[in-house]
Amino acid sequence: MHEMGIAMEIVEIAIASIPQDMKNVKVEKVNLKVGKLTAIVPESLRFCFDIVSKDTPLCDATLHIEEIPLVIRCSDCQDEWTIDEPIFTCRACYGGSVNIVSGRELDIHSIEIVDEE
Amino acid sequence: MLIIMNKTQRHLHHKEFQETFHYHEKNRAVGESKTPDTREIKIVRKVLDVNDTIAKENRNLFAEKGVFVLNVMSSPGSGKTSILEKLLSRIVKKVRSAVIVGDICTSNDADRLSRFGAPAVQINTDAFGGDCHLAAHVIKSALGNFNLDDVDLLIVENLGNLVCPAEFDMGEDLRVVVLSVTEGEDKPIKYPLMFRVCDVALLNKIDLLPHLDYSIKKAIENILQVNPSMAIFEISAKTEDGFDSWIDWLEQRVKGKFK
Ligand SMILES: Nc1nc2c(ncn2[C@@H]2O[C@H](COP(=O)(O)OP(=O)(O)OP(=O)(O)O)[C@@H](O)[C@H]2O)c(=O)[nH]1
Ligand SMILES: [Mg+2]
Ligand SMILES: [Zn+2]
Ligand SMILES: [Zn+2]
Repeated sequence: MHEMGIAMEIVEIAIASIPQDMKNVKVEKVNLKVGKLTAIVPESLRFCFDIVSKDTPLCDATLHIEEIPLVIRCSDCQDEWTIDEPIFTCRACYGGSVNIVSGRELDIHSIEIVDEE
Repeated sequence: MLIIMNKTQRHLHHKEFQETFHYHEKNRAVGESKTPDTREIKIVRKVLDVNDTIAKENRNLFAEKGVFVLNVMSSPGSGKTSILEKLLSRIVKKVRSAVIVGDICTSNDADRLSRFGAPAVQINTDAFGGDCHLAAHVIKSALGNFNLDDVDLLIVENLGNLVCPAEFDMGEDLRVVVLSVTEGEDKPIKYPLMFRVCDVALLNKIDLLPHLDYSIKKAIENILQVNPSMAIFEISAKTEDGFDSWIDWLEQRVKGKFK
């Protein structure tokens, strides 16, 4: 639903990262890291990205989305594990004070470009 | 939203990875010839960097001006405006309040909330691209409507949506999620991020319980499974059941910030 705004940010950040001295750059791929708990629907992000990347060096780029697993850590017993279901109590000591180690990312990791001179 | 990859997707993911890998190999092998060369530029940046920066500025401003900010979220129609009407009618004489209401296009909610003597501003996200949440810059631009020196409590009613508002920090102190008993008990599990980022859950419309097959116990279990430290109040914006205790709790939190 907010994928349009996110796609616009991605295009903006990617364009700003193209080295100034490169001419006629074509971005081939944008590598994203998206946590499992992040509220993003990949299909709609791709759809929006295709719309907002028109007439930019990213017009033919594909979005590569790497999904980052949801890892939590108990602050009482320090146990750390990956979860597939939203159960945020400690599997070892049953404590309720767990922190999210990874899984909330929404990062643009890199772009891959072709320098056509 | 939990994105659970099924086997085929995982397989495709793997296949895609291998293809990319081969592609790079191939490119490297023919690198000497005139074929265009691929080059990776590392960025490593949060996509919502800009929002987070503005949220931080908002938070600093609120601290400097002594304003406590409440962000109220729920699905459409869970009772946010009704709860805020009752909240305002009870506290507006004690606590200097102001309201920001987000909506896609009408000003109905701001009209309802401005009757209590606190200034209420409607944000129509239409002007911001019809967004389904309030972002930090939208709040920032709405602040021009108030003299923050005269405000102790700023209440923000977010757009009816359990997905997007959870992603956007706006500099608030407390996040409230409203869940009405006419929605399913499993909402917390379907929208874990929202229930994870909130500090307090208001189970609203409990006056309707006699007419429903709804298990409050199950709903609370589900909330606590996602967020064991969530404060939970069972309330009715219609009868004002439960309002004494949740408003007491809120007042303690507001006082706590400025002790
Ligand atoms: N019976 C009963 N009805 C309620 C209660 N709280 C709200 N309602 C009704 O639920 C409907 C929606 O309430 P609103 O307060 O407008 O809900 P909202 O969350 O602000 O809705 P949006 O801003 O459109 O997302 C209205 O018809 C209210 O009268 C309650 O505690 N009990
Ligand atoms: Mg409303
Ligand atoms: Zn959205
Ligand atoms: Zn533990």
